[in-house]
Amino acid sequence: MSVKQLSVVSGKGGTGKTSLVACFATLGSNMVIADCDVDAANLHLIAEPLILKKQDFYGGAKAEIDQERCQRTGVCQQVCRFDAVVFDASAQPVKYWIDPIACDGCGSCAEFCASRAIKMVQPKAGEWYISETRFGPMVHARLGIGEENSGKLVSQVRKTALELAEKRDRKMVLIDGPPGIGCPVIASITGVDYTIVVTEPTPSGIHDLERISELCRHFSIPAGVVINKFDLNPGISGEIKKIVGISNSDFLGEIPYEPDFTRAMVQGKSLLEFNSSPSSKIIKQIWENLKSLLK
Amino acid sequence: MKIAVASGKGGTGKTLIATSLALSLEKAVLVDCDVEEPNAHLLVCPQWQLTRHVELPFPKVDLNKCSFCGECQRVCRFGAIAVLADQVLTFPELCHSCGACSLVCPSRAISEEKRKIGEIRFGIKNGLELIEGRLQVGEPMATPIIRELKRCSAKRDSIIIFDAPPGTSCPVIHTLRASDYALLVTEPTPFGLNDLVLAVGVTRELAIPAGLIINKAGIGDKKVYTYAQEQNLPILLEIPEERKIAEAYSRGKSLAEAFPEYKKIFLDLFEKINLQVKENVCKAVVSSER
Repeated sequence: MSVKQLSVVSGKGGTGKTSLVACFATLGSNMVIADCDVDAANLHLIAEPLILKKQDFYGGAKAEIDQERCQRTGVCQQVCRFDAVVFDASAQPVKYWIDPIACDGCGSCAEFCASRAIKMVQPKAGEWYISETRFGPMVHARLGIGEENSGKLVSQVRKTALELAEKRDRKMVLIDGPPGIGCPVIASITGVDYTIVVTEPTPSGIHDLERISELCRHFSIPAGVVINKFDLNPGISGEIKKIVGISNSDFLGEIPYEPDFTRAMVQGKSLLEFNSSPSSKIIKQIWENLKSLLK
Repeated sequence: MKIAVASGKGGTGKTLIATSLALSLEKAVLVDCDVEEPNAHLLVCPQWQLTRHVELPFPKVDLNKCSFCGECQRVCRFGAIAVLADQVLTFPELCHSCGACSLVCPSRAISEEKRKIGEIRFGIKNGLELIEGRLQVGEPMATPIIRELKRCSAKRDSIIIFDAPPGTSCPVIHTLRASDYALLVTEPTPFGLNDLVLAVGVTRELAIPAGLIINKAGIGDKKVYTYAQEQNLPILLEIPEERKIAEAYSRGKSLAEAFPEYKKIFLDLFEKINLQVKENVCKAVVSSER
């Protein structure tokens, strides 16, 4: 049987993705966890991974000007569409330099520099790890501050997690996704068997739910919705259920506003490890629903 | 004066703070840079005045002129163009619009067409102008829209508040760049602190002075306070965890609108920021004179 891939996303940040993933990790016995929120990862704070293997991640290239070779023709500045080539008229002698934040790594400047003074370098942009946790194997990563290519790092984490699952005969990869709908989110949901969208009953929650649901439809990925803190605004929760009903997604369940999520987090535990509140029962039921959907 | 509201972690209350500050100031420009999930308009409810498309160029190959030499494929570092025996494939979603392919083509067979990746909307609510970037669903790259937002707002003369996206990667950097102050919104939990440390790293890297707002104060633990003290980060405001605030937000109300007493609190907050920015400018002048 092939490995099932399950991704948890939200559109809006802070709706409870990671807290829910930690609960699923507690319930599931035969999985590999992949933390794909590579620029603000949190799952490690609960899973407390023991790192077994660490690898460097190289993201996009950046241009670098060799000042000795540079003939100061300014061609690099003419071809650059990202305003990354800066002319410093006050330097002695005058010079061109590359603003690494603005540089997109396209290499146009290096291509058209007649004196071959520009080379493209690929600096280390982060790390990724294979770890062991009390929930089973985990693959996670750390993107360097301000780095690009988070989508590429997400793909690396997912590929490693899938290989690990196949090697260790695990049945599922559980993905903790990033917020938003851009590059790293697309990389976190493409090709998965199912996506769980965690939302909350606020205008932002419902607005962002509609966008992430559209993204799932765009890539033809089946999706189900969990409403967290549903009792904050039962009216909007009802509206969300209506939207889920008329779209093609599943409604997986609703969790009340639960302060114990934070108390559990402070102790480095999932809610299910922390206590057996009514919310825990709801989450167990959501997990059962999911298992039957994935069969 | 440019203030960026950021956090690292999502859902800590960036948009709530940014809109409350902007609405309290009465005359300001609020720029929603969370282009993947722009939410500020839900709390501001502006009258939209104008919508502009954000378009990016991508290559179009004239097969009558093409010699199938493969130079374009060689120069493209993003795998967005592939030359076959009698055909050239382009992949617009992978294209970074750098233009290298058309420049390098010896047969001048490549021109550029534009495709829409999102839009920018301009709205007004009393003295407040809202400029919102919105990435089209299915498009991967947020940064070109943020760049355009920065261009649009650069000419404005009033107080500009940027509502940043979550995270610490390039969209956040492009939002924070060239701001005078970073207002970091966190919550006193292990997740909040972990991501705050990363956000502080971003502000240090960009050399932008920063201060903290602790939202949902009372939940979690006290570690964020210790961290703030160690790092010499001023705590400018604490907003208590109260169900009535969460419920007001769930009805689409900013703090300034739901609770009139917050208006003065946000005006005081602005004064504190203003003072710190001025001190920072003085320090910079003194150190450059030395």
